[in-house]
Amino acid sequence: MALLETRGLTAFYGDFQALYGIDTMLQAGETIAIIGANGAGKSTYLKSIAGLIRGAADSVRFEGAPIGATSAAEIMKRGIALVPEGRRLFPSLCVEENLLVGRYGREAPGPWSLGRIYELFPGIKTRRNSASTTLSGGEQQMVAIGRALISNPRVLLCDEISLGLAPIVVRALYEALRHIKAAGTSMILVEQDIAQAIKVSDRIYCFQEGRLSLSGRPSELSREQIHLAYFGT
Amino acid sequence: MAVWANALIQGILLGGLYALFAAGLSLIFGIMRLVNLAHGDLIVLAAFIILTIATWLGLDPFAAMLAALPIMFVAGFALQHLLLNRTLGRDLLPPLLVTFGLSIIIENGLLELFSADSRRLHGGAIETTSFALGPDVAVGVVQLLTLASAVAVILALNVVFYRTALGRAFRATSDDLEIAQLMGIDHPRIFSLAMGLSFIVLTIAALYLGMHANFDPTIGPQRLLYAFEAVIVGGLGSFWGTLFGGIIIGIAQTIGAQLNPEWQILGGHVAFLAVLVFKPRGLFPRTTD
Ligand SMILES: Nc1ncnc2c1ncn2[C@@H]1O[C@H](COP(=O)(O)OP(=O)(O)OP(=O)(O)O)[C@@H](O)[C@H]1O
Ligand SMILES: [Mg+2]
Repeated sequence: MALLETRGLTAFYGDFQALYGIDTMLQAGETIAIIGANGAGKSTYLKSIAGLIRGAADSVRFEGAPIGATSAAEIMKRGIALVPEGRRLFPSLCVEENLLVGRYGREAPGPWSLGRIYELFPGIKTRRNSASTTLSGGEQQMVAIGRALISNPRVLLCDEISLGLAPIVVRALYEALRHIKAAGTSMILVEQDIAQAIKVSDRIYCFQEGRLSLSGRPSELSREQIHLAYFGT
Repeated sequence: MAVWANALIQGILLGGLYALFAAGLSLIFGIMRLVNLAHGDLIVLAAFIILTIATWLGLDPFAAMLAALPIMFVAGFALQHLLLNRTLGRDLLPPLLVTFGLSIIIENGLLELFSADSRRLHGGAIETTSFALGPDVAVGVVQLLTLASAVAVILALNVVFYRTALGRAFRATSDDLEIAQLMGIDHPRIFSLAMGLSFIVLTIAALYLGMHANFDPTIGPQRLLYAFEAVIVGGLGSFWGTLFGGIIIGIAQTIGAQLNPEWQILGGHVAFLAVLVFKPRGLFPRTTD
C-alpha cells in the first residue's frame, strides 16, 4: 500500500479549475519531485494534500484513509507537514518560537527535536532569539523546514525551497534534505530547479496546466522528454 | 497645585478600570480581528451575575467574582464556539452585526430581569477606606486595588501570550491563519479559548465596575466606548499599550473634570481624538503589520 496517494485529484479556485485528475503515489521512505512551469498547479497540488484546499475525501489517501476532505490541522496531526511556498514564518514569533509552534498539534516520537534541528541547521541556532523577519532568505527557509520537521511528520511537503536563493544556499538546503531522507521521512518536493530535484528524487512527476504530463524514474527519462513535458513544445 | 496632582493620581487609578474594560476587547481583536460590540454589555451582564451570586450565597463581591469566573469562561467559550465562529470570514460585517444584536439582547434581557434600577456591589469597609498622600490627595483602597488588578491582569496575559504554547498559538493564528492551521492549530478552538479568556478578564472588570459606581442595564455601550478609546490610544502592539491607553483616558477625564465638572467625559474624548490625529495607529502600534 502506498503511504500517500492521490487519485483523480481535482482542484478549483471559484470557477477556475487548477487541477484535472492528478494520480500520484508516494511509497514509504521515498522522495518524489513535482516539476512544472509557473502556474502548472504544483502549489495547488501540495495545498490539496495538506488540507488547505479541500475536495472529495477519496481523492487523497494517507495510510489508506481518505483525507481529501479533512481539515489542514487534522492532516498535520496525522503526520503530513507542509513547508509553504514563500516560507511564511510567523513575523511576531522569534526563530525558536517559530520552530516550537510547529509541534503545537503533534508531538510524535522520532528523529527530530529542537536540538537535532539546530544540529541540522547550525546557522539558525545562533539566531534563535532573533525576530524571524531579520533573517536572510536562506535562514528563513531553514526555519520553515525545521518548523515542519519538528513534529516528526511521516511526509514532508516542500514547496520551492530554493526559490530566490543563491546556489550555495540551495546546495546546503538540499544537503539537509538528504539527511532528512536518510532519517526516514518521505518527501514530496515541488521545484522549478529541475537539476536539484532530480538528484534527490526517486521518481518525478511533471505537471502542465493542471494535468500530469510525464512521470517516471529520473534515470529512465531523457532531457527531451522532460523538456517537452515541462514546456509543452 | 495639589488639586492637579490629585486629578493626575485619580486619573491614573481610573485608568486602571478602563484598562480592565479594554484588555478583553484588545485580546479578542488582536487574535481574531473581531470587534466585539457587546463587550460593554457583557461587562454589565457579568456585574449582574456577580451581584446575583453575592446575594444568593451571601458572599462578598470578591468571592462572588471568583465563583463567577469559571461560569463566565464556559459562557465565553460557548458563545464563540456556537455563534461567533460562524460569523468570522473575509467579510467584516457579520460579526459586527451579530455582536451588535447581542448587545441589544443582553441589555433588554437585563432590563426585563433586573429592571432599570441602579445597583451596586458592596464591598464593605474597604469602600470607604483611603490613604492620605498629602493634604489634598487621598487614594481609595478600591481604586488602588483596581489599578493593581489591571496591572496583574496585564502581567498574566503577557505570561500566557509570551511564555506558553497556547500563547504561541494565539500569536501564530493572529499572524497567519492559513499557516497556523498547518501547525495543527485548530483555529476555531483557539478562538473559543480566547473568548473564554476575554470573559475572565471582563468579569474581573465587572467587579470593579460595580464597586466604583452604580450600574444599571443600560450603561454597557458607554463602557464599550471607553474600552475602545483605551485600545486605540494604546495601539494594538501590546497589552501594556492597552494599560497605558486606559490611563491616558483616565487622566484626560479627571483633568477635564477638574477644569469643569461637566467636562469629564469630554476630556477623555478630546484626548482620544488628539491621539487619532497625531498618532493614528496609537501610541504603541504593532511593528509587524
Ligand atoms: N488563490 C487563487 N485564486 C485563483 N487562482 C489561483 C489561486 N492560486 C493559484 N491560482 C491559479 O491556479 C493555477 C495553478 O497555480 P499554482 O500556484 O498551483 O501553480 P504553481 O505550479 O505552484 O506555480 P508557481 O511555479 O508559479 O508557484 C494558476 O493558473 C494560478 O493562477
Ligand atoms: Mg507554486
